[in-house]
Amino acid sequence: MEQTIFYIFSTVLVLSAGAVITVRNPVFAALFLVLAFFTSAAIWILLEAEFLALTLVLVYVGAVMVLFLFVVMMLDINLTVLREGFARYLPVGLLVAIIMVAQLAYIVGPARFGLDKFPAPEPHGADYSNTREIGLVLYTEYLFAFELAAVILVVAIVAAIALTLRKRVKTNFMKPEEQVLVKSKDRVRLVKMAAEKRDDQQAPND
Amino acid sequence: MLEAIQSALSFLPDGLVTLLIILLKIFALLLPLLGAVAYLTLAERKVIGYIQIRIGPNRVGPRGLLQPIADAVKLLFKETILPTNANLFLFILGPILTIGPAMAAWAVVPFDDGLVIADIDASLLYILAMTSLGVYGIIIAGWASNSKYAFLGALRSAAQIVSYEIAMGFALVGVLLAAGSLNLGEIVTAQQGSVVQWFMWPLLPLFLIYFISGLAETNRAPFDVAEGESEIVAGFHVEYSAMTFSVFFLAEYANIILISLLTSAMFLGGWLSPFEGILPESMLTGGALGLLLGSGIHWLLLKTAFFMFLFLWIRATYPRYRYDQIMRLGWKVFIPITIVWLLVVAAMVVGNVGPWFD
Repeated sequence: MEQTIFYIFSTVLVLSAGAVITVRNPVFAALFLVLAFFTSAAIWILLEAEFLALTLVLVYVGAVMVLFLFVVMMLDINLTVLREGFARYLPVGLLVAIIMVAQLAYIVGPARFGLDKFPAPEPHGADYSNTREIGLVLYTEYLFAFELAAVILVVAIVAAIALTLRKRVKTNFMKPEEQVLVKSKDRVRLVKMAAEKRDDQQAPND
Repeated sequence: MLEAIQSALSFLPDGLVTLLIILLKIFALLLPLLGAVAYLTLAERKVIGYIQIRIGPNRVGPRGLLQPIADAVKLLFKETILPTNANLFLFILGPILTIGPAMAAWAVVPFDDGLVIADIDASLLYILAMTSLGVYGIIIAGWASNSKYAFLGALRSAAQIVSYEIAMGFALVGVLLAAGSLNLGEIVTAQQGSVVQWFMWPLLPLFLIYFISGLAETNRAPFDVAEGESEIVAGFHVEYSAMTFSVFFLAEYANIILISLLTSAMFLGGWLSPFEGILPESMLTGGALGLLLGSGIHWLLLKTAFFMFLFLWIRATYPRYRYDQIMRLGWKVFIPITIVWLLVVAAMVVGNVGPWFD
């Protein structure tokens, strides 16, 4: 049963991952990437890694890919320009691809990751909490790496904001906090002056 | 009752029985849910009607009570119009992708102690993940419609939902800090004791932010710029008609009920009775009075109904936000407040501040 589910999901995963780079419409490519993320989350759940699987859906599918799709939909991509020189670059591309596949096969091949090296893990009981286990390891054994990653991410956020932040001078942005704080005396000046008598003319039309 | 069904079906193979029982549970949840969705539309029109000193629908059936059924029949028999040059596959996929996650999220919602379809460990995270998927339906619908109004609505909706999800997620982090668990049932039972123990008191800012972000996540007024009829006609669903149109609204109202139910479960003690710790124990257990005053599903439904009413009340009261102000509220107000309050909650939990965390 579990094997059947695994094969269904992994077939969908491989097909959609292939479709990401082969379909012509970039919006479809992004949607296939979403499908690939989602099915890999399902496979992670089969591995009893439900925390990671749900986080994958939440972060990559729910946020990152939404923004990605947002951008791809608004881009006006000219495919003919992109396809120019396809034949010319093909040999180089093929060479790079073959080298990468060979490297991957060498590293992840059965010599190192075979079933005899990694037997199937024991299934955990119903009270096993994946979230708790990850938290325990993350905040004890891998604390330094975790903090390091956090600092790098904060630096990245600050850098991204600093790069895109600019004061626009000519637009009339309204600042709600200033609008709320306005008092009547800031806008209206009440002037009090004594009444004057006009004697050189007739009384104004009354 | 489940055992009775199980034994009645014992002539079937084991796996099939399990499957049938799961399907039965799903039907037992979805049918009342769809009924609630139908009557929430009527309640909305009635409530807004009375707020605006009108009567609201009163022609179909006694006091207009059959109006949702008439609406459903009308929508079923209308023609589904497919726009020319629209991407048909995605055009149909849009509404399906909206309703799917909206229904799937209900799988882990607990209604009473142990009354839940799938009692999984990380149910809070599961709900957050499922509700975040709903935005795809809107984006795909907006893009596939081949209409600029629909596209603008989809873009607005995407940006808005992604922004408010962060504040919402942080509010939920506060809840799981306070409860010490990601399981919704355990979150509710962590609030046992009395009304004072409910998480709405130590997490008051998070409670308000969660509910307001819920308004924004479901694209409800005053955050309904994705529809924005005054500027972009009807936003992402402008090209949809008949059932494809109504499926969007099925999902929207199911999400309203879900947000209301989650707010009452996480901050208002869920199915716990408000009389706990006030009335003597003997009055809360046993007898008809005990059934009424003690903890039970009716309290959860009552609290949920209150928040659903709040949704309608807010819609009838507040004007629509301007788009840049929505973004400002989400990023510059809600997210800083939630981050600060997370530190406060963490300090309270570590310092065993009573009466909640001692």
